[in-house]
Amino acid sequence: MLNKQGRPTQPAESSTEIGQGSETYSGNKGLNLESPLIFEQGLDGRIGVDMAEPKQVESRLGSIARKNPIGLPDLSEPQVLRHFVRLSRQNYAIDSGFYPLGSCTMKHNPRINEKVARLAGLGDLHPMQPTSTVQGALELIDSLAHWLKTITGMPAVAMSPAAGAHGELCGVMAIRAAHEAKGEARTRILVPESAHGTNPATAALCGYKVDAVPAREDGRMDLDAFAEKLGPDVAGVMLTNPNTCGLFESDVKKIAGMVHEIGAYFYCDGANLNAILGRTRPGDLGVDAMHINLHKTFSTPHGGGGPGSGPVVLSDALSAFAPVPFITHGDNGFDLVEHQEGQAEKSFGRMKGYHGQMGMFIRALAYMQSHGSDGLRQIAEDAVLNANYIRVGLDDLMRSPFEGICMHEALFDDSSLKGTGVTTLDLAKALIDEGYHPMTMYFPLVVHGAMLIEPTESESRQTLDQFIGTMRYLLEKAKAGETEMFEQAPRFAPRRRLDETGAARHPVLRWVPETDEEEEKLSQAS
Amino acid sequence: MALKFTEDHEWVLLEGDVATIGVSNYAQEQLGDVVFVEVPEVGADLAKGEELAVVESVKAASEVYAPIGGEVIEVNTELEDSPTLVNEEPTGGGWFAKIKVTDSSDLDELMDEAAYKSYVEGLDE
Amino acid sequence: MRYMPHTADERVEMLAKIGVGSVDDLFVDIPEEARLDALLDLPRHASEMDVEKNFRTLAAKNVSPYSTPSFLGAGAYQHHVPSVADHIIQRSEFLTAYTPYQPEISQGTLQALFEFQTQVAMITGMEVANASMYDGATSCAEAVLMACRITRRKKAVLSGNLHPHYREVTQTTLQFTEFKADELDPTLTGSEDFTSQISKETACVVVQNPDFFGRVEDFSALADKCHEAGALLIVVVNEIVSLGALMSPGDMGADIVAGEGQSIGVPLSYGGPYVGLLATRQKFVRQMPGRLCGQTVDQEGKRGFVLTLSTREQHIRREKATSNICTNAGLCSLAFTVHMSLLGETGFTKLAAVNHGEAATAADALSAIDGVELINETFFNEFTLKLSKNAAEVVEELAARHVLGGVPVSRLIPNDPEFDNMLLVAVTETCAESDLTAFVAALKEIL
Repeated sequence: MLNKQGRPTQPAESSTEIGQGSETYSGNKGLNLESPLIFEQGLDGRIGVDMAEPKQVESRLGSIARKNPIGLPDLSEPQVLRHFVRLSRQNYAIDSGFYPLGSCTMKHNPRINEKVARLAGLGDLHPMQPTSTVQGALELIDSLAHWLKTITGMPAVAMSPAAGAHGELCGVMAIRAAHEAKGEARTRILVPESAHGTNPATAALCGYKVDAVPAREDGRMDLDAFAEKLGPDVAGVMLTNPNTCGLFESDVKKIAGMVHEIGAYFYCDGANLNAILGRTRPGDLGVDAMHINLHKTFSTPHGGGGPGSGPVVLSDALSAFAPVPFITHGDNGFDLVEHQEGQAEKSFGRMKGYHGQMGMFIRALAYMQSHGSDGLRQIAEDAVLNANYIRVGLDDLMRSPFEGICMHEALFDDSSLKGTGVTTLDLAKALIDEGYHPMTMYFPLVVHGAMLIEPTESESRQTLDQFIGTMRYLLEKAKAGETEMFEQAPRFAPRRRLDETGAARHPVLRWVPETDEEEEKLSQAS
Repeated sequence: MALKFTEDHEWVLLEGDVATIGVSNYAQEQLGDVVFVEVPEVGADLAKGEELAVVESVKAASEVYAPIGGEVIEVNTELEDSPTLVNEEPTGGGWFAKIKVTDSSDLDELMDEAAYKSYVEGLDE
Repeated sequence: MRYMPHTADERVEMLAKIGVGSVDDLFVDIPEEARLDALLDLPRHASEMDVEKNFRTLAAKNVSPYSTPSFLGAGAYQHHVPSVADHIIQRSEFLTAYTPYQPEISQGTLQALFEFQTQVAMITGMEVANASMYDGATSCAEAVLMACRITRRKKAVLSGNLHPHYREVTQTTLQFTEFKADELDPTLTGSEDFTSQISKETACVVVQNPDFFGRVEDFSALADKCHEAGALLIVVVNEIVSLGALMSPGDMGADIVAGEGQSIGVPLSYGGPYVGLLATRQKFVRQMPGRLCGQTVDQEGKRGFVLTLSTREQHIRREKATSNICTNAGLCSLAFTVHMSLLGETGFTKLAAVNHGEAATAADALSAIDGVELINETFFNEFTLKLSKNAAEVVEELAARHVLGGVPVSRLIPNDPEFDNMLLVAVTETCAESDLTAFVAALKEIL
């Protein structure tokens, strides 16, 4: 996550100590291998994919056959392979180390999920095949829907949303459609201050005004302030539970009751479902709609930023408004309802092409089957256990803004760094030099210099102990005034700190070939 | 006519019926390195308190509100290429827009430089 | 359970260190009446071997289009995915990394995104592209919102020959905003006339090339008409391979290109995940939704890449953001980049030529059958046939003969008798001669 609390985004002038004497001719350093842009490696006439010669036919392209070259570089297969393997090695990943990025649930991604997603007859189906030829695929989606409904205790689920934020859109659209069906034009959505940015952005896209609710001293939503904001113009509340401070909103049932009392709906942001799997069900907490990030809770790979998948479970009050398509059980097996008619008469519409993120459904279902009812509950228990283990491992050196047991993530503010000259950002970058991916920093916004640590259930006690030891070591160094290692960090990463200010002031968003003019200038200069 | 300041750290310079508007030195320090300024369209009619501009740093976007109402008659096009002017010359070359003022009494509530200075000092404590 | 490292003893020791007696003490904030004591009513955990068996059983109940003659298209296209592309996206370092929020240890993802953005901009003939959207249909909807913001106008016009899912997703996305989209009716005759639709209130016109029925068209004149009225032209491309053979939307004067990138590197996967493409002019970039990767330098002056212009996005701008989107199609965009790099200029244009050659051959063979009429005068690798019988029924009969013989138009445009006998047929490089022979023979039998 990112944040805006005045952290530097342009590196200070480098001390040259680190680089000097360690330069190489190639720019590579041992196993640290650089690769220029793919466009800087091409040479006309190579090819990386063999294919038959095109059939000579009379062109049916009318008047718009391509006349200009595109400018793509030509390379062979081994060159392309090496390029991307070299790039891959400049990435940190869960498979290579501890990745305690709060609110992102960076858990183990099992490889059986990848294997079954690629089976012939699952990974290679066309979305417009006759349903008679994809009964297994429809059964799979239906089965995943059953697991999701059982886990959440909700009667219905919309499978098509493509990611968490897309799921939010689905839920809030269902809420708006439900109000409109009753002839009510409500205008406000209540969202706690600590919410993810997607919540207010989603509400705005549904035409709602966003009204922020402050938090209490204990990190939960302020019920008095909430009650004051409730009124006949409120369409619903969007509440993350467990919330972005890693705490369970213990008044959740009361909140649901207050929301329903005024005829509004309760949207729960399910980003942190991992913490409560098998321990409680959103359906028992009064939730009307909640998205489930399959890429967080159910281990579909994050993939450097996607693709995600965000099915939305719905209460009886909202299920009639679910988007198309959905699966029904017909006389000849499974069927698809693809249009807003008949059973889908009240549906608010269609959210994406085809039927949803099938590739993610396969992986998530494999993960659920692997765990089963007993394993799912163990996930929540170990995730919460690990977070609290980190919390108590650091709480004599760092300050938790909210006291007591946390859920799946431990939150600290930056008061422990006060007066050291070291910031949250510096500490994060020093963790990179220690071989860790930093925690989420400066989020949630309501906590100063926030550090949000989510270990997940995948990590062993030994990994946690080493991380706690590293954090203690760094905090002691900071307090001892040894600031250079922080200012310089990261020193051992493929890149030092990058100039984000320059990137934003003069955006360079693509490669362009050097113009002849520039080349001429260069040759004249030499 | 001297600079007048708002509590939201905008400044106004009234010359005749034309007000030049920007943000204060304190504001630019708080914002950090400015990377982009979205200025209003020339000809836009702004009421007092309406959004006049958006100032962006890398990690934040802050709205700037019109401290005084009127029609926008000129905007600072130099900011497009040099947003850094807001950091370097906040009360000079870093101005945002000029407004033809309809009611200059709006300015009466604003602080003069000395009052603003002590207001800002109060904030830092 | 194989994914969880703690032993029972360790759990007890860790609880003691935390200072609680049992794991239940960690869940005391959950209201008592909502706590679950028993396990959920679901099967217990399963071994990897058993899980694999379950999925093989499910897979066996489906017909893979790669193992039988298949002519399916309608916005998703069967192409060969090079093994290198699938290998690269399974590299742990790409597969199990998160969004590149720490650029110093995410240069792999970032440089690949920069290359993706460049490739997309190049093939669409645009100046810049973003780091991808969910899919083509959502990209189309976002393009319309973007055009409304840029022009500060509220009305979009959608071609009737835009893919029905793209039209539906756009209408769904717009329905609760202040913006509105008018639609023309789908038509099989001639090109559409937008003259009466474009006014000073029009934010944008959205057309598709090749269109839903497979026809290609030069939209240069339409671009001029839009620009005269101060409106933008959005061109949708959902068979991206076509750009290897066709004039790019940028060359026609398009202001925004919304595309589906599935054809390059991304498996069909029953409709998702795919990769939405969005490209535009540099001057509109601050109104563009989604992630953008930009070039910069590090402290030592080395070239590096970062996510940039983030103030457009929801995590900073919240309710004033350009979109609520929070992800891109990461791995799918990487697969696209790898496949496109393997193809290069030579391979991409050749792939397009092969597709066109196969499609033209198939169109000739199929339209020679009694009861089959080719509707298209122009096409790239997909065309519409008018059959003498109901196309949906014919498709079922073809499936019974192990031929996936295209998509009946009525599946996407229902309740319109004009389209009941219309069949969309796509032909790509994966079509073998024997596939076409089987299709022709089966169709002759049925008609």
